Amino acid sequence: MTPAVRNGAALAAVGAALAAVGFGQSWPLAFAVLNLCLISALMSLAVNIQWGYAGLFNIGIMGFAALGGLAGVLVSRPPVPAAWAAGGGGLFIALLILMAAGGLALALARYMPRNRTRTAALAAVVLVGLFGARAFFDPAVDAIEAVEPAKTGYLGGLGLPILLSWFVGGLFAAAAAFVIGRIALGLRSDYFAIATLGISEIVIAVLKNEDWLTRGVKNVTGLGRPVPYEVDLQQDPLFIDMVAVLHSRSLEALTGAAHEDALREFAVQSSSLFVKLCYAGLFLAVLAVVFWLSERALHSPWGRMMRAIRDNETAAGALGKDVTRRHRQVFILGSAVVGVAGAMLTTLDGQFTPAGYQPLRFTFLIWVMVVVGGSGNNLGAVLGGFLVWFVWIEAEPAGLWTMQALTSGLPADSAFREHLLDSAAHVRPLVMGLILLLVMRFRPRGLVPARSGPTGGR
Amino acid sequence: MPPDLLSAAVLLGNYVLVPGLAYAAQLALGALGITLVFGILRFANLAHGDLMAFGAMATILATWQLQAWGVGLGPLPTALLALPFGMAAAIAAALAADRLVFRFYRRRRSAPIVLVMASLGVMFVLNGAVRFIIGPDDRQFTDGARFLVKAREFKQETGLAEGLSIKTTQCLTVVVAVVVVFLLFRFLQRTRTGKSMRAYSDNEDLALLSGINPERVVLIAWAIAAALAAIAGALYGLDKSFKPFTYFQLLLPMFAAAILGGIGQPVGAIVGAVIVAFSEVTVTYAWKKFLHYLLPGPWQPDGLAQLLSTDYKFAVSFAILVLVLLLRPSGIFRGRVL
Repeated sequence: MTPAVRNGAALAAVGAALAAVGFGQSWPLAFAVLNLCLISALMSLAVNIQWGYAGLFNIGIMGFAALGGLAGVLVSRPPVPAAWAAGGGGLFIALLILMAAGGLALALARYMPRNRTRTAALAAVVLVGLFGARAFFDPAVDAIEAVEPAKTGYLGGLGLPILLSWFVGGLFAAAAAFVIGRIALGLRSDYFAIATLGISEIVIAVLKNEDWLTRGVKNVTGLGRPVPYEVDLQQDPLFIDMVAVLHSRSLEALTGAAHEDALREFAVQSSSLFVKLCYAGLFLAVLAVVFWLSERALHSPWGRMMRAIRDNETAAGALGKDVTRRHRQVFILGSAVVGVAGAMLTTLDGQFTPAGYQPLRFTFLIWVMVVVGGSGNNLGAVLGGFLVWFVWIEAEPAGLWTMQALTSGLPADSAFREHLLDSAAHVRPLVMGLILLLVMRFRPRGLVPARSGPTGGR
Repeated sequence: MPPDLLSAAVLLGNYVLVPGLAYAAQLALGALGITLVFGILRFANLAHGDLMAFGAMATILATWQLQAWGVGLGPLPTALLALPFGMAAAIAAALAADRLVFRFYRRRRSAPIVLVMASLGVMFVLNGAVRFIIGPDDRQFTDGARFLVKAREFKQETGLAEGLSIKTTQCLTVVVAVVVVFLLFRFLQRTRTGKSMRAYSDNEDLALLSGINPERVVLIAWAIAAALAAIAGALYGLDKSFKPFTYFQLLLPMFAAAILGGIGQPVGAIVGAVIVAFSEVTVTYAWKKFLHYLLPGPWQPDGLAQLLSTDYKFAVSFAILVLVLLLRPSGIFRGRVL
């Protein structure tokens, strides 16, 4: 099989699988799966940029995705003036103190001779700055969280269209990546991996506990939407006319009240489908742009340099390439794309739930996608995103079904059967782990191997 | 009021020293396993946390069986009897993982990062297995006497304002850890196999030249790491409570401890674990009451005098990790810079 045939076959397989869900279960469900497939593909593409182009093993994807989600809240929710009035000033003063202490500490570190006095002075500045900031920060936070805690209790956002948050989410993630990159890049890849793992846990802890910023585990619901609401569509005469035209054949036979009812039924179905289609169009546009850009980058002189660095860092360094700097660049770019994908996911959900960020789902699943797709290959990463998300979503009903089939021979009240049925959901990580290990071992270059040079078998 | 030194000391013992020591012992056992695998197999084993969960799970299952049979140890938790079973299960899991997954990449001399990725897959599988077998919920499996020293009795006997309580599991954790570490060090220092392991960790080529069988060294390293993981996991579960997901979150402090101490240095792993554990406990402890005992009235703080809320304890191990990587990547005991 030539690569083109194989890629076409893989795409067709994904399309057929989605169509099977559409016919077998329902079309809105098929499009819901498709939307998440598109977001997964974007994340997988982003991680592929980091791993496939530069060999960076980032296991903190969850943190960057969550930062993107945070952007969704901060951009789209309306500001809460009462909260700003209650605690905005205190927060600002705390920030000023922190910045002053930070600046002073940096100046001390730079201009004082390296001795005990400097260490003591640094420690004193940091401690005083920390406690000074806390003195203003704590009351301000208490005041903010006391403002209608059941509804707001946080500062709110800017009240701008949520589409803007996709961009801002990318910026947030890039900023975080810049900081981590400064610290952990240039060390061995294992250390870098552990550092990214740590930062993502910290990001999630902050989002869960800083209620003044994100409402914490109380979640932020009712985020804005870039597409129309189903209820509005069902009232819209233009939309209803469109539905009537589309379903004219089945509506022809009906008259009077039956016609009305059928039309309303069709309108309800179509509105949900239409909304999902709109999302799919938006996500597809982003995915296409990122895909096109990364393909261009991969085949540019920059891409050749990145591959050279990935394949032999020492040689590339000897030829005058600044390996650490390039790594940082790629890390920031990839993380920014993860941030965009995270913001898109929050937009699709319409809510921000910090407790929903689980490493299994947001970090390790993405890695399975990249490995399955074939690292270093953008098309492979996208296909891997589609395939693995599809398996992940369908593994639960399939697992349950398998368990039911396996245990059907046992008596209905058997505790063992009960346990197996309850545990069926936990088969998912097992299946994902097996897929990862099997692909790594038997198809180390993934389902869609990169054309230039070995990568997966490194 | 003069500073009440004694009460302050007891307070510190109760809330910082005792829990910190137990936590340090658990971390140390985990970090020892990580540093052994790091030193011998030369990759960061991300599956170590879930290996601990697996060993702990096997221990719990055996404990339940023993409890059902009515076998117990009196004041000591039954889990102590079940521990060998958990260790055997963890060793079996680790050896199976090595045989089925890691050996392949080792023989191909793959880049370490490929082994790290493979350990990710192993982690997934172990995690799924644990959640499938025992479920994702909290499991309690402690029995026997709950406290060695009770706070109220301590107060009555000493007449102090502050009480000191020591849980049986905390004491047990420290004792078991000390015994295990003692045995491990004797093994590494005195026996022929232990020496060959240290030699292999120090210089692989030289060790191979002197006729050390690498597969045997690797096998024993896995077995020891897995046994330590099972003990650490079971002790952690006994002390706090068993929940499959918490073990994944122990990875960060354990790696911080191993890297802080110096990769491949068993002593370093222990020192690192003590530093990480006590940093976490002291930074997240509310010092208000302690300062009230020591400082004269006007100096006493109004707030909790807590540097970081307990929700941010990851941040502590992360900060330690970052500082070590920036200032002294080889760690305190000059381990290998991987």
